[in-house]
Amino acid sequence: MALLEIRGLTKDFGGVRAVDGLDLDAAEGEIVSVIGPNGAGKTTLFNLVTGMTRPDRGEIVFDGHGIVGLRPSQIIELGIARTFQNVRLFPEMSVRENVMVARHCRTRSGMLKAVLRPPSFRREEAETREAAERALAFFGARLVGWRFDTPARSLSYANRRRLEIARALASGPKLLLLDEPTAGMNPHETGELIGLIRRIRDEIDVTIVLIEHDMRLVKGVSERVVVLDYGQMIAEGRYDEVASNERVIEAYLGRKASPA
Amino acid sequence: MTTVVEAPAAAVGSRVVMIGLVGGAVAVFVSANGMVEAFSERELLDGLTLGAVLLLSIPLLVGYVAGRRQPELEGFATRPPGWRNPATGLLAGFISGVTIGAFVLLIATVDLRGVLLNVTPELVRDDPRILTFGLEPGAGAGLLVGLFAVLGGLAGAIQVLPDLWRRAVLAAVGWVLAFGLMQAVVSQVLRGLQQQLRIWTEPLADFLYDTSGALSIAGITVVAVLGFCLQLLGSRKPRALVNARLERLTDRSRRIVRVAVLAAALLLLGLLPQVLGSFLSEVLNIAGIFLLMALGLNIVVGFAGLLDLGYVAFFAVGAYTTALLTSPQSSLGVGWIFWLAVPFVVLAAAVAGLLVGTPVLRMRGDYLAIVTLGFGEIARLLFLSDWLKPTFGGAQGIIQVGDITVGPVGVRTPQAFFYVIFVFVLLAAYATYALQDSRIGRAWMAMREDESVAEAMGVDIVTAKLSAFIVGAVLAGFGGALFATKIGSVFPHSFNVIVSITVLVVIIVGGMASVPGVVLGTMVLVGLPELLREFEEYRFLIYGALLIFMMLRRPEGFIPSKRRAEELHEEEIAQDEWLKTQDTGSRPEPGSRPEPGSRPEPS
Repeated sequence: MALLEIRGLTKDFGGVRAVDGLDLDAAEGEIVSVIGPNGAGKTTLFNLVTGMTRPDRGEIVFDGHGIVGLRPSQIIELGIARTFQNVRLFPEMSVRENVMVARHCRTRSGMLKAVLRPPSFRREEAETREAAERALAFFGARLVGWRFDTPARSLSYANRRRLEIARALASGPKLLLLDEPTAGMNPHETGELIGLIRRIRDEIDVTIVLIEHDMRLVKGVSERVVVLDYGQMIAEGRYDEVASNERVIEAYLGRKASPA
Repeated sequence: MTTVVEAPAAAVGSRVVMIGLVGGAVAVFVSANGMVEAFSERELLDGLTLGAVLLLSIPLLVGYVAGRRQPELEGFATRPPGWRNPATGLLAGFISGVTIGAFVLLIATVDLRGVLLNVTPELVRDDPRILTFGLEPGAGAGLLVGLFAVLGGLAGAIQVLPDLWRRAVLAAVGWVLAFGLMQAVVSQVLRGLQQQLRIWTEPLADFLYDTSGALSIAGITVVAVLGFCLQLLGSRKPRALVNARLERLTDRSRRIVRVAVLAAALLLLGLLPQVLGSFLSEVLNIAGIFLLMALGLNIVVGFAGLLDLGYVAFFAVGAYTTALLTSPQSSLGVGWIFWLAVPFVVLAAAVAGLLVGTPVLRMRGDYLAIVTLGFGEIARLLFLSDWLKPTFGGAQGIIQVGDITVGPVGVRTPQAFFYVIFVFVLLAAYATYALQDSRIGRAWMAMREDESVAEAMGVDIVTAKLSAFIVGAVLAGFGGALFATKIGSVFPHSFNVIVSITVLVVIIVGGMASVPGVVLGTMVLVGLPELLREFEEYRFLIYGALLIFMMLRRPEGFIPSKRRAEELHEEEIAQDEWLKTQDTGSRPEPGSRPEPGSRPEPS
């Protein structure tokens, strides 16, 4: 059984059908790329899976649980974490705190403990801190040390993207949804990210679904590519299979002018 | 060789004229709204009334601002300070002077009282001719123009001084004004010190102030010299030395230093009410109650980002709960002691927090503000209503609220009450710090920054919002409980929207999410007006002016929370520096700052 199973997922925004009867699976340990032209419904798909928008019809089963109708905070607790297309950090909080927030669903102390500070609270706090620093250390020296205490807004663009991935990783996910992780990165940084995404899968055993426009990354990391257009899946398979698919070329470039 | 790029003469000129006119308008405004006249009752500095000082401070400010040096820009040489600074100051002062002079001539010839009620004949026409310092209107207008121009030029001349000396001069002026305004406090403290500690301080008060309470010439000199010297001594260098010394200490001894400083501060605060006497302690108590509320609202607005304009509702709930349970006259008539009522105050406030919080869970920003504003009014109207009169007493309120007792002793004097409030404030401040650095505190801050992302990252928005409302409500409830027992009675009209607004302004001006900022904000905005009774009538005018100034110039507040104030570029250097220490193997513990001295200059 696949880790994520989507059946007949449909979402309308007013008169626009953003996602149209979509069926999609992601097996455990897989890296799947979702591509498609602008407005194909890729980000809406992520929003539906993470519970940030509610589908009109359809089923989403994750790890044996139906997750349609759950709140986003419950879904991340089950193990689906995501990043955002337009980086959405907590800008005034420090780098470390940004990541510590993601441990919220794995920790329990309430207000009373925070004020009384019993040993169990301190232990949990130390663990949270450690987990956050571990997640940040995944990116080498860029986000550690002095950086821990700097506000997130002071980071460079590429570092913000990295911090967002670290934040998602810190929640201890089984499935990681990356929404255009290389947008705004230079070719060198993109190359680095390809290696990193593989490492995330291999070393921490996380299934990855990513949305991407940079075909170098799609080619470099994905074992399977899914192409969406107008909310429907129009092709699926290995990168080279999909790249030569006529419907995909048509979706990106338009239909050939018919000889009149 | 860099070229001196000068602003075109016309632009400089129009800026100076603008500043001069603004200054003139302010001078006319404070004269016409009666501030100068109201303040001329009190002599502030030897021979000068508060009103005169207010009027004459305008050309000083105008000249100082107009004579300001051009900002330093990288790549451009700044024009060295010179005759231009006093000249522009003089010009701006002159323009202000002409404006107020024209106003003097106008009110001397035309009776404006039909329109401007506060333009009394005493300003110019009849004795004591406040605006013209006793002169005929014509001569007086001339004098004002001259005085304004000279003072403007003097203030502009301050800008010629090197930074260090300029700051010292400003400090001297600031100290003289502060000592003059705070005459009551300073002499009370000096007298109190003599009574309590038998130190020879009382004659000092007689030396500084003459019989009318104005700062004497000798006093002005001493205070100015003191301010000047302290500013010179207290400038950056020695402070940096102390900090560097502290950095070198081990963790253990740094903790000892911190505890020692804290203990000394607590001891001083413990002595404070005895030295201050009952009136000043009373002022501190009022400020303390507001501080308690401000700390609570700081959690709701500063941490969780929920703009609550009906905060006074929780204050009222705390006050009425205490009154109901401790007053033998109330509808319950149980007449418990204060401490027995406290758990019920917590309970009632928490329930009130839930009642307000639950319906507004899905609201954000402006909508939340409007709805909570409504809730605040609803609470006041409920306490006032005929419907609940049998319980809450309607407009008559509840009287004979019980005193606080410690063992068999009743807390009756303001001095004793100070300690009780102090304990509550200390607990609230501790709770604020503890919550800030915890799972729930991080959840609040994440929610403040971006609610939907916080939820996607696992923060349960419902719990986080409700808990912020409850903590805020409980702190306000404590404030209400103390208020009720301090006053001895509760009336619905004490709980109007102005209280909510005041507490919010305290937080905004002091610094959102910053405990020291909130403390300073309360002292300045709640404590000072109690001391400076002359300003009472103009309190909200000054609040408004202060708010506008803060929003334009310092939107993060007087003492912003640390992370808001941090600079950007400094950290890029610091990260490289940290990496370098990693390479050389001298590994500081993660998160520790590099030594300030070792930071390289940016090339």
